Amino acid sequence: MAIPVLDVDNLVVSFGTREGELTAVNGVTFQVHAGEVLGLVGESGSGKSVTGLAVMGLIDAPGRIASGSIKLLGEELVGRSERELRAIRGKRIAMIFQDPMTTLNPVLRIDTQMIEAIRAHESVSEKAARDRARQALAQVGIPSPEERLNAYPHQFSGGMRQRVAIATALLNRPAVLVADEPTTALDVTIQAQILAEVQTLAADHGTAMVWITHDLSVVAGLADRIAVMYSGRIVETGPVEGVLDAPIHPYTNGLIGSVPSRNRRGVPLAQIPGMAPSLARVPPGCPFNPRCARATATCRADMPGPTLYEGDRMARCHHPVPAPESAAA
Amino acid sequence: MTPPILTLETVSKRFVKPLDAAEKVANLFGAGLRAQVVRAVDDVNLTIAEGEVVGLVGESGCGKSTLGRVISGIMDPSEGRVLYRGADVARMGGKERRATDLAVQMIFQDPMASLNPRLRVIDIIGEAPVVHGLVEARDKEAYVAEIMGRVGLDASTRPRYPHQFSGGQRARIGIARALAVKPQVLVCDESTAALDVSIQAQVLNLFMKLRHELNLTYVFVSHDLGVVEHISDRVAVMYLGRIVELSPTDELFRAPNHPYTQALLDEVPRLVAKKRKFSSLKGEIPSPLDPPSGCHFHPRCPHAFARCKVDRPALKEIAPGRFSACHLNEEAPARPGRATADGAVLAS
Ligand SMILES: Nc1ncnc2c1ncn2[C@@H]1O[C@H](COP(=O)(O)OP(=O)(O)OP(=O)(O)O)[C@@H](O)[C@H]1O
Ligand SMILES: Nc1ncnc2c1ncn2[C@@H]1O[C@H](COP(=O)(O)OP(=O)(O)O)[C@@H](O)[C@H]1O
Ligand code: SF4
Ligand code: SF4
Ligand SMILES: [Mg+2]
Ligand SMILES: [Mg+2]
Repeated sequence: MAIPVLDVDNLVVSFGTREGELTAVNGVTFQVHAGEVLGLVGESGSGKSVTGLAVMGLIDAPGRIASGSIKLLGEELVGRSERELRAIRGKRIAMIFQDPMTTLNPVLRIDTQMIEAIRAHESVSEKAARDRARQALAQVGIPSPEERLNAYPHQFSGGMRQRVAIATALLNRPAVLVADEPTTALDVTIQAQILAEVQTLAADHGTAMVWITHDLSVVAGLADRIAVMYSGRIVETGPVEGVLDAPIHPYTNGLIGSVPSRNRRGVPLAQIPGMAPSLARVPPGCPFNPRCARATATCRADMPGPTLYEGDRMARCHHPVPAPESAAA
Repeated sequence: MTPPILTLETVSKRFVKPLDAAEKVANLFGAGLRAQVVRAVDDVNLTIAEGEVVGLVGESGCGKSTLGRVISGIMDPSEGRVLYRGADVARMGGKERRATDLAVQMIFQDPMASLNPRLRVIDIIGEAPVVHGLVEARDKEAYVAEIMGRVGLDASTRPRYPHQFSGGQRARIGIARALAVKPQVLVCDESTAALDVSIQAQVLNLFMKLRHELNLTYVFVSHDLGVVEHISDRVAVMYLGRIVELSPTDELFRAPNHPYTQALLDEVPRLVAKKRKFSSLKGEIPSPLDPPSGCHFHPRCPHAFARCKVDRPALKEIAPGRFSACHLNEEAPARPGRATADGAVLAS
């Protein structure tokens, strides 16, 4: 098999705080191949955004990549200088955020920003860059792109702004696109339009995508593989069908049971008790144990290691959820 | 027959968007610009029975929160009447109006923004019931402790401030504050939108438990169709200030009638692991400052025909208990149909 476009191995990211050194990402490993979409899901604070920022080389003091490796097409990124990283960012790896104004400059016209994004990495004429910017806007479904190039970000609706941010991120046909909850704040109708466009673009360009979200239903329709994070670790990973149909980890199982639309109306949802631990107070053993119905003394003492399962799957759990009858058949 | 707990009769709410500085300057030069009017809620009729849960869905800006505020008495309607147990709220005397305001409580989306950061939880929850004479000041501690227990909060945390709680716990504090004045109706505006799914499930379960224990009536505003499907008995779908479909939940989700409802349901991401093609609905919700003529939905509607641009379709009963505002229901047997370029409808 071809080498993965993005290969993250045993990544550890920590932050120096008043409460001491806190580990936000604790040994995260995953690969993404060309044209593949990895859905990175988990509750808030589980370390999804920090993982995404680390891939972008955007972890700033007091944070640091304590150990591990991030390879782009086999090339190590950890330890590179800020200058080298800047040349890679926006060209070979791009990121979109929940708030598109993170990437858009409110005082510059859209054309200025997009042309600048191209010319920062390539010596092309202004006219050629502008043509490419116009095509990019058209690709993400912006009507009359030529006129819209002359507009400022505040003249767009939230959904349109997110489209502009995506078009800008894709201008240089990056090998990797990291998307951190880019549709969370949008209406389902607009979310669906944007997901459709992103899906086509990733397939056409062969972009490797990491799609970060807390919404399992979004990755269900979009991703090829899914990685579930809890308290800084990937606790389960595998192809989307396998994970959603027959979750192995009790946390994944609980998350799926919490989604309202899947349950019968009026019947209580299968809730996970309690809440995710703060980084300063991660319980010993398996960090999920205080909320887990399957927890035993072993779970309270020992951190479960990664175990491989059939169907290209991995989970970290001492007492995995038994496979449902239907899936076993 | 006892009257319904809430009745909205031809309720509208208008906001005036004043001219900004640039527009005022333009007027000095004779541009003749006028302040624009937003019809956030446009001629809504709705009856809610005691003990019922009515979901209110629609895209951002369609008027859900505004309607919720009118229902809960936070805003008065510009036109039309709101009746509480058959009595016109606008014509109530001071005492009766205050009792009604307490009986219909609103719970907001962002609990942090709606909780006073300088008040302890005991006062956030206990102040209003004491002020309104529902409990004696000396019984406040015990009363607050009881309510905190009901919503699953540890009563020993009552001397704390809001920032010392998690998002899910703050949502519970907001619910406890509303419950403390012994309401009959809760208007929940995106009350679980800011929460993680596992915490959202806890709060939704709490709403359902309270419904049964206290015989509460709910108006549940949400853009999340999964949440609304789960919790509601009936669902009202709004588009640009108007209710376009109103139906029992099961029937609405099984066989949506209005083209907008159909499109909206198509877009809901489902927990089914299938790479799917997203998106059938084109374009964005138009500006409420300048809504399209006739049926507001016509520029985005795949079935639109000539009449849709001209006539506003009325919300009509299409089956027992089911209402929809679409001309296609009168042009039978055209549905499901497709509009041709010249506006005729083809049966398919
Ligand atoms: N106080 C106000 N002054 C002027 N316009 C307002 C005011 N409140 C709401 N509006 C306008 O009324 C319309 C309906 O707003 P509303 O807040 O009810 O929408 P919503 O359906 O709750 O949307 P969301 O899903 O984004 O919460 C919008 O166009 C909004 O901009
Ligand atoms: N700059 C920072 N300083 C200290 N802690 C941080 C910083 N950024 C993130 N963290 C912590 O790292 C953990 C993971 O955060 P994040 O990746 O943002 O979570 P999410 O999964 O919600 O995206 C959280 O506990 C967060 O508080
Ligand atoms: S290791 Fe134990 S506590 Fe952790 S998820 Fe598995 S069963 Fe639950
Ligand atoms: S009235 Fe016409 S435009 Fe409106 S929903 Fe029905 S078919 Fe579509
Ligand atoms: Mg995040
Ligand atoms: Mg609202």
